[in-house]
Amino acid sequence: MNLTLFIWRQKGPDKKGRLEQYEAKNISAEMSFLEMLDVVNEGLIKKGDEPVAFDHDCREGICGMCSQVINGVPHGPQEKTTVCQLHMRNFKDGDSIYIEPLRARAFPVIKDLIVDRSALDRVIQSGGYISVHTGGIPDANAILIPKENAETAMDAAECIGCGACVAACPNGSAMLFTAAKVTHLAMLPQGKIEAARRVCVMTDSMMNEGFGNCSNHYECQAVCPKGIKVQFIAKLNREFIKAAIRRRGGF
Amino acid sequence: MILNGKCPAGPLAEKWDRHRNEMKLVSPANKRKYNIIVVGTGLAGASAAATLGELGYNVEAFCYQDSPRRGHSIAAQGGINAAKNYPNDGDSIFRLFHDTIKGGDFRAREANIYRLAVLSNNIIDQCVAQGVPFARDYAGYLENRSFGGAQVSRTFYARGQTGQQLLLGAYGALSRQIKEGTVRLHPRTEMLDLVVIDGEAKGITVRDLVTGKFECYAADAVCLCTGGYANVFHLSTNAMGSNVTAAYRAYKKGAFFANPCFTQIHPTCIPVSGEHQSKLTLMSESLRNDGRVWAPKNKGDNRSPNDIPEAERDYFLERKYPAYGNLAPRDIASRAAKEICDEGRGAGSSGYGVYLDFADAIKHLGENKIRERYGNLFEMYEKITGENAYKQPMRIYPAPHYAMGGLWVDYNLQSNVPGLFVLGEANFSDHGANRLGASALMQGLADGYFILPYTISDYLAQTAFGKVNAGHPEFRRSMEDAESFTKKLLSVNGKKTVSEFHRELGRIMWDNVGMERNEGSLKKAMELIPGLRAEFWENVKVPGSGVELNQEMEKAGRVADFLEFGELMARDALHRNESCGGHFRTEYQMPDGEARRDDENFCHVAAWEFKGVDNGPELHKEPLVFENVELAVRNYK
Repeated sequence: MNLTLFIWRQKGPDKKGRLEQYEAKNISAEMSFLEMLDVVNEGLIKKGDEPVAFDHDCREGICGMCSQVINGVPHGPQEKTTVCQLHMRNFKDGDSIYIEPLRARAFPVIKDLIVDRSALDRVIQSGGYISVHTGGIPDANAILIPKENAETAMDAAECIGCGACVAACPNGSAMLFTAAKVTHLAMLPQGKIEAARRVCVMTDSMMNEGFGNCSNHYECQAVCPKGIKVQFIAKLNREFIKAAIRRRGGF
Repeated sequence: MILNGKCPAGPLAEKWDRHRNEMKLVSPANKRKYNIIVVGTGLAGASAAATLGELGYNVEAFCYQDSPRRGHSIAAQGGINAAKNYPNDGDSIFRLFHDTIKGGDFRAREANIYRLAVLSNNIIDQCVAQGVPFARDYAGYLENRSFGGAQVSRTFYARGQTGQQLLLGAYGALSRQIKEGTVRLHPRTEMLDLVVIDGEAKGITVRDLVTGKFECYAADAVCLCTGGYANVFHLSTNAMGSNVTAAYRAYKKGAFFANPCFTQIHPTCIPVSGEHQSKLTLMSESLRNDGRVWAPKNKGDNRSPNDIPEAERDYFLERKYPAYGNLAPRDIASRAAKEICDEGRGAGSSGYGVYLDFADAIKHLGENKIRERYGNLFEMYEKITGENAYKQPMRIYPAPHYAMGGLWVDYNLQSNVPGLFVLGEANFSDHGANRLGASALMQGLADGYFILPYTISDYLAQTAFGKVNAGHPEFRRSMEDAESFTKKLLSVNGKKTVSEFHRELGRIMWDNVGMERNEGSLKKAMELIPGLRAEFWENVKVPGSGVELNQEMEKAGRVADFLEFGELMARDALHRNESCGGHFRTEYQMPDGEARRDDENFCHVAAWEFKGVDNGPELHKEPLVFENVELAVRNYK
């Protein structure tokens, strides 16, 4: 199939960017979306032009590095699918495709389709873990965990940290991302001990990084490649209110 | 030179404990005076950096990705082994040790593997404490599943995303240390050189991938946790960025490269669909628990698999290896599939594939149970192939997956260059000639959480801290070398893209140094690779400049290293006149086609010393001594 692409080109963080038009010719339906871009880039290099810069690594939908907005939707048209797992059989001959970087206040563009998502790392660094040292741990079966709780924790822990939820949200909120980590750890007995402090520091960090608040648009859930549910945001809010009461007296 | 692995004396079960008691310690007040560099933030790197930070050392951690959470360990699906014996099915530390050493076809150190088996249990405890949501039963206890090369169920798992969950656990521990200020993180930064001063590793030169700036970091020790080199085959299950550069450039600075020809070809990957293919996707080996592998009995049978009657199907793993059946180890399963396809009995339009069929499992367990176990894998398969594996069998074919070879290290994980430690897939130490499933995660975490933190203190306690700083002339030289290498890449301005060279190299490697090799094919590869390398330096086209984010240039540097490294692999495979594990030389096989080892002449680790790109490297050997297991023919029948 032949396609017309409109791709966001931007030299650097402080440079002005714009959409430029490219033709993608003889694209097979078996190709992944990124393989289609590889073909376009090979053509650009041969012509002596600069290829389009985009983030990608595992190309198996798990590392969370790929991050593009395709026709206005982060990760493109297929549900629960990262860009790297999106295949060209989802498009048809003659289609025009708009490809842009994830856009959010907290994600400055570095170049072309590459953005800086280190704000998400800093939200985790603020307290998105269990403060356990290496070594000296009792047997793994010493603390039992109800299967349902372990399953819910796993549902939340599947987040790949790609940032699509932020880009999809009209407020540029990282609530789904933060809620996923808060829920994952709060569901487990090992994580409960620090739950109140965790939800407070992570929420503070989220606000400080320039992420907006949640006003229940649910766009995040719609684009999440791992199907993380907005119910976790409700869990975050509940944890936050419980903690806020405790916080007044100091943890 | 005869290398010494420095395994401690004494009975096997006591070696590690005894060694721990003998190693020197660094006092808490002194720890913060030592700087340690950790390159790579996968399981080995993140767990090492976090643990060293916790202990109080000053750690600089580097990764080429935008976040330390993206190391390729994250893609490991199936699970992690441990000798907990929770299912009460006869497992023990000795049995895990024995399975692993046998699985590796007796080409690894006894002492290392025994230590790994002991520590496997601590890893599970540690990960549960970090909040890794392993699968559990209704009573709340941890669940296990079976994996290739074992007759017990000892694999712990978190759906089909075990690597992801373990890495996020280590990433959490690392994040905590970053917040504490003990670890400074350098994402989007690539190591380009190891700096060796007076024979000791004292720092690295890196390139900031965003600004293109070169920088030097001095330290008291350097830890490479930079993964494997399967991308030398171009198409592999590795991430696009996975590369040999850090390890290879350390090799060029004097570190020995051990057993580079030991690479694992994983049996269950999605077959290639065309020329455009950029990588191959693995389907977890755990699928072989419930899936049955088969091919048509008749050549050229191109009916749809569901139309091929039972009597005309050849369940070749069950037929050839009745004791292990579909759970035969990876090297054996891969070669069996290749044989079938070479006979012309392959599945799919290309003929390069065999079926992995779940129809029987769905019949007696129900589709829901299968969905619960492997749902995400079936979804992934459908996204890539457009086929529904609940309704028709998957098509699978072997693909390069893991590097058992790597930089040579002793029992302390220290290379022959003092101060250079190598962890995880980047070292050669524990898997011999073939790695068993669910053992890579175990090794990466054992190295990072529980081994290196002890052994590095033994080295540091005997070294004065802050011996050199980045102002040393050796750093300046290293930086100039890295800069001029970059300039050279940009100045060629030829006609072929980096990917074209990579694809060609991959074809040479796959055809001649792949699942099967022989003297002729290896000599051919050793002729073809230098030719391709020469062409690369005359005709490669790398656009853009070095002082900006330039992904083509990053790729070009990595492919340039693969173009040298591929030759080393072929040379190592040529020297090893035997078949063992993933290294199958067609000249050395049993009458029934199984690998024929030569324990008299090749029961050693082959460690290569760099002597210049155009001169051959020098071979050093570390003899392998087996005192606790009997060197037997690996039999899975």
